Amino acid sequence: MGKLVGEPILEMGNLTRYFDIGRKQFVHAVDGINLTVSEKEILGLVGESGSGKSTLGKVVLGLEPKTSGWVKYRGELLPQKYKARDFQKWSAKMQMIFQDPYSSLNPRMTVGEIVGEGLRLRSGTTKSQIKDKVADWLLKVGLQTDHMSRYPHEFSGGQRQRIGIARALILEPEFVVCDEPISALDVSVQAQVINLMGDLKEKLGLTLIFIAHDLSMVRYVSDRMAVMYLGSIVEVGKADEVYFDPKHPYTEILVGSNPEPDPNLERQRASTTIKGEIPSPVNVPAGCRFANRCPKVEENCRRVTPKLIPLKDSDRQVACHLLN
Amino acid sequence: MSRNINQPNSSPKLLNVNKLAVEFDTYGGVVHAVRDVSFSVDSGETLAIVGESGCGKSVTVQSIMGLIPMPPGRITSGSALLRGHEILGTAMIQGRDIRGSEIGMIFQDPMTSLNPTMSIGDQIAEPLQVHKGYDYRKAYSEAIKLLELTKIPESTKRAKQYPFEFSGGMLQRAMIAMAISCKPSILIADEPTTALDVTIQAQILDLLQELQRETGMAIVLITHDLGVVARLANEVAVMYAGKIVEHGSVEDIFYRSAHPYTLGLREAMPTNDPDKQSVLSPIPGSPPDLFSPPVGCGYCARCPWSMSVCENKNPEGFYLNEGHYSKCWMHHQQSPVKPTELYFEQQTHG
Repeated sequence: MGKLVGEPILEMGNLTRYFDIGRKQFVHAVDGINLTVSEKEILGLVGESGSGKSTLGKVVLGLEPKTSGWVKYRGELLPQKYKARDFQKWSAKMQMIFQDPYSSLNPRMTVGEIVGEGLRLRSGTTKSQIKDKVADWLLKVGLQTDHMSRYPHEFSGGQRQRIGIARALILEPEFVVCDEPISALDVSVQAQVINLMGDLKEKLGLTLIFIAHDLSMVRYVSDRMAVMYLGSIVEVGKADEVYFDPKHPYTEILVGSNPEPDPNLERQRASTTIKGEIPSPVNVPAGCRFANRCPKVEENCRRVTPKLIPLKDSDRQVACHLLN
Repeated sequence: MSRNINQPNSSPKLLNVNKLAVEFDTYGGVVHAVRDVSFSVDSGETLAIVGESGCGKSVTVQSIMGLIPMPPGRITSGSALLRGHEILGTAMIQGRDIRGSEIGMIFQDPMTSLNPTMSIGDQIAEPLQVHKGYDYRKAYSEAIKLLELTKIPESTKRAKQYPFEFSGGMLQRAMIAMAISCKPSILIADEPTTALDVTIQAQILDLLQELQRETGMAIVLITHDLGVVARLANEVAVMYAGKIVEHGSVEDIFYRSAHPYTLGLREAMPTNDPDKQSVLSPIPGSPPDLFSPPVGCGYCARCPWSMSVCENKNPEGFYLNEGHYSKCWMHHQQSPVKPTELYFEQQTHG
């Protein structure tokens, strides 16, 4: 699986999640993913909306059951479908920060209740301990202790995202899935949240899967980057290498579509717009999923599904017939 | 590219907005959403209004278009001259003469901006019937042509469909088709690509650029994405707390930033130059409360170089060169602080 930075903490094998939409039709949201996340690394996950990024994150944490395939956490196989007891066990190690800071906080709970809920559900913690810890974490994420008695609507988007971060990290997990943690925030606040997450990651030694559609931000944040298209991974490698030297035609187009905040660069750059839109993930046909939009498509691409294969002399993996 | 925008006594442009101020009555008090905004735009030009949420960029264009509900909204001062004629708050903009024909508008969220009970073709045909007096059949066939122009495949079939059958990118194309149906001289695009993926965003930006080249319309682009600005704009107005704090050509804004907020915005974004920058520098704090806007500079609470004058006195625009101004006291001749990160002109004048 290529060269890894540290020990693998999380492994996925042929991980699949289909949604049954009736009439024998299935949405192939996550389709046969093999991926390894090593200890203390940040793996960035990019792709268009509908490519299955969020579903993958949820399947990994057990918030969605697996249709097939497996996930191992430090060598231990995670259950196919989580029961209440499984959540109790694994939520202490694995957590999630959600995309929308507006809908992911219960409006009828105070901030203290929201952040402290995970601790309350864990046995052996007294009320005053919980209160102290919540106060401590609110300070850590840059809020004030007296915010504890307030409700989510009293906070701005950036502050809510901080509450979401405190809620996820108060259980001191080792592994966190961040599902578009900054896309609902303003530019200046995005940088605040990113820096906060970076600090906490260093202090706590976290391993992160960072899901986002902002390529520049993912490149900036991540050690490695994985590009998803229609439920499968088309390219994985070191974040800088994938961004600056994309191998898969889809990655090339994705990077080319990303507008850079530099007018001279933008003017020089040839337009690399892609034709068409992401096709429906219902009953995906054989062959490369990108074939009908790919500018370099060949006969073979429409028949045989390309596998994710490591490139020679590098830790990059690409799923494209043209490169293998 | 013309650079003499906003200079006093400049010749009348296509659209001239002068000292616009808008307030809203709320239960919490009066919100001063737009405070003294002036800009102008000419045919074939793209003006980008950049700023964070709540800075008043949408309210600015909506009040020009007469789309602000009054009450609770109130335009307290200012003028908007379209080819020299006042349109701000007049019956003219409320009626059918300008909105939809002279000025077209596309909105941020294509999913909720179209009528779900009307077919796409009918929706695009409607402005043609209203403004141009076409009969239904002529308007409908024109609508199909417009769908082709905005590169929607199988336009005849697509025109019969309803918004729920379209994807986000396709809906945004349909909305552009509707906005340009009467060949407006100005197209106002309020965050046209914020809800879309980067690949679709690139398609829509290319389309807007192409349409502008063909029709010579002016585009007023509202966005918070500096990448989109770099791609599309000639002129940029940076808004903060209801005011334009810096205005200039796109090169001025990106390579000769003269306001600390512009610089702050740029440094808060990752650049894709690996050797250039290793840490993001966020802007500390949050924008001021517009219920009681600060007396002085709106940015001074977050500014690393704020002086005592910034708190007490509102800075005027200091021109750095033709068309490039910054509302920051550091550009005053006697300012003791001249940080090297910012661009300064040798001779500043107030």
